[in-house]
Amino acid sequence: MIAHGKAFVYGNNVDTDVIIPARYLNNSDPAALASHCMEDIDAAFITEVAQGDVIVAGKNFGCGSSREHAPLAIKVAGVSCVIAETFARIFYRNAINIGLPILECPEAVKEIKKGDQLEVDFAAGTITNKTQGKTYETQPFPPFIQAIVEADGLVGWAKKELEGKA
Amino acid sequence: MGMTMTQKILADHAGREQISAGELIEAQLDLVLGNDVTTPVALPEFKRMGATEVFDREKVVIVPDHFTPNKDILSAEHCKQIREFAVEQDLENYFEVGEMGIEHALLPEKGLVVPGDVIIGADSHTCTYGALGAFSTGVGSTDMAVGMALGKTWFKVPEAQQFKLTGKMRPWVTGKDVILHIIGMIGVDGARYQSMEFTGDGVANLTMDDRFTMANMAIEAGAKNGIFPVDDKTLAYVKDHSTKNYKVYEADEDADYEQVHEIDLSTIPLTVAFPHLPENTRPVSEAGDVKVDQVIIGSCTNGRMDDLRMTAKILKGKKVAKHLRCIIFPGTQKIYLEAVREGLAEIFVEAGAVFSTPTCGPCLGGHMGILAKGERAVSTTNRNFVGRMGHPESEIYLASPAVAAASAITGKISSPENL
Repeated sequence: MIAHGKAFVYGNNVDTDVIIPARYLNNSDPAALASHCMEDIDAAFITEVAQGDVIVAGKNFGCGSSREHAPLAIKVAGVSCVIAETFARIFYRNAINIGLPILECPEAVKEIKKGDQLEVDFAAGTITNKTQGKTYETQPFPPFIQAIVEADGLVGWAKKELEGKA
Repeated sequence: MGMTMTQKILADHAGREQISAGELIEAQLDLVLGNDVTTPVALPEFKRMGATEVFDREKVVIVPDHFTPNKDILSAEHCKQIREFAVEQDLENYFEVGEMGIEHALLPEKGLVVPGDVIIGADSHTCTYGALGAFSTGVGSTDMAVGMALGKTWFKVPEAQQFKLTGKMRPWVTGKDVILHIIGMIGVDGARYQSMEFTGDGVANLTMDDRFTMANMAIEAGAKNGIFPVDDKTLAYVKDHSTKNYKVYEADEDADYEQVHEIDLSTIPLTVAFPHLPENTRPVSEAGDVKVDQVIIGSCTNGRMDDLRMTAKILKGKKVAKHLRCIIFPGTQKIYLEAVREGLAEIFVEAGAVFSTPTCGPCLGGHMGILAKGERAVSTTNRNFVGRMGHPESEIYLASPAVAAASAITGKISSPENL
């Protein structure tokens, strides 16, 4: 799979309270959640984001609450993947579980500017900044996590486990 | 090579003699937890994977605590969904409003957590149970759904940082100051993906409530879990609360730690975390002149009896500052009742504070105490992120119940030493 889109750039420690504020968690409808995505740190995000766009951020992206509503809101808003220097662990797990691609790539994070056109090749693990003409390599997922991704997220993996039991 | 306390618990639950950091394992679960915000997202996933019943009706715990008592129609619908699921699955441990509490205060009190357990919960503060020598960690809703169906999940075995505690805390200083101090020291991602293992002679000087508070905030340093050794205080707590079988694990003497920190508890000052990260800590004595509009005392971090007693000690015979709202909310119904019986509730109300039913409400900006634009709160909760308790331009200062109660009286961030 190859994703194309423009970059939205944020700093360190983007927490799940700003990705989707708790005041909207009384609704679990993904589209409703997406309509408030990033609202408290970037009110323009939801009007500017287009299918395939990429969120680029610094250290510890997704820290704080375990709310799966956060990666869900990002995914349903149209974001194809999140590239960060590092991810908070619960967000990392949740993103894999719901099938939101995430990549750790400090070099790319350092150089990507807001609005840069990016191309992300998940199979090859490469990020190409078409605006700046640069390409970055990332570490592929470990095989076990790759298997979860290939099983369409954790639910697919669990389905196989349940079928095995029956 | 030796294993950490966390690794030993995980190895046993994975049916393995030896595991090492970085490995991916499958482990059996002793408890799977969800609340009224995360469970409604888990239920469609549970169905989608073809599951029809939970792995064990006694080991799936659901607590409607976030937006309860129902704050609006949408929240009421969520609570209705999870109640119907609890009835359909005949769950032993579903706790309705009236018997509920804030999940992480409630589960230990109900005796559902004992040393050596492996627990996942769809709430980031699930790490609280490390106070009892259990491995517990926060996960998302899909992980909860899979845990409910299979009774097992996958983990990456964490490395650990050791926090060797010595000495005894100064008057008024509590576990909240210690954990804020540590987060200030290592940062909000200082223990990312790792265990925080608290050890040393100083542990004996921490009450169980201190330990719950400290383990609770391990996630605010990015940790996977925080864990305490099991000692006489732990065993006394377990004896008072639970009939479950437990197993005591100890780290190997040659366990490998990524970092070791030595902390003398007697050097830790009353501490406050400034907006907008828990790592922005300062001694209260250096807080300066910070005027406060609201004080929140309670939550899964600081809503236990130690916390309410400390608050009452400071508020007794005093009045909260003019135009300041002081909201006190206990962790559970049992704590609420004890506070009434001990006369603490009377002290709170006479001081001009609100004494609320247990709820997560104000901590996450849900209900029961939302901040307006530009307002400031001193709060005993766990996060001071942008917009956490209301308007994105409001501010939260995290502190202990002692500092929060003192601040409620003076109307600005204050130390109880100066009252």
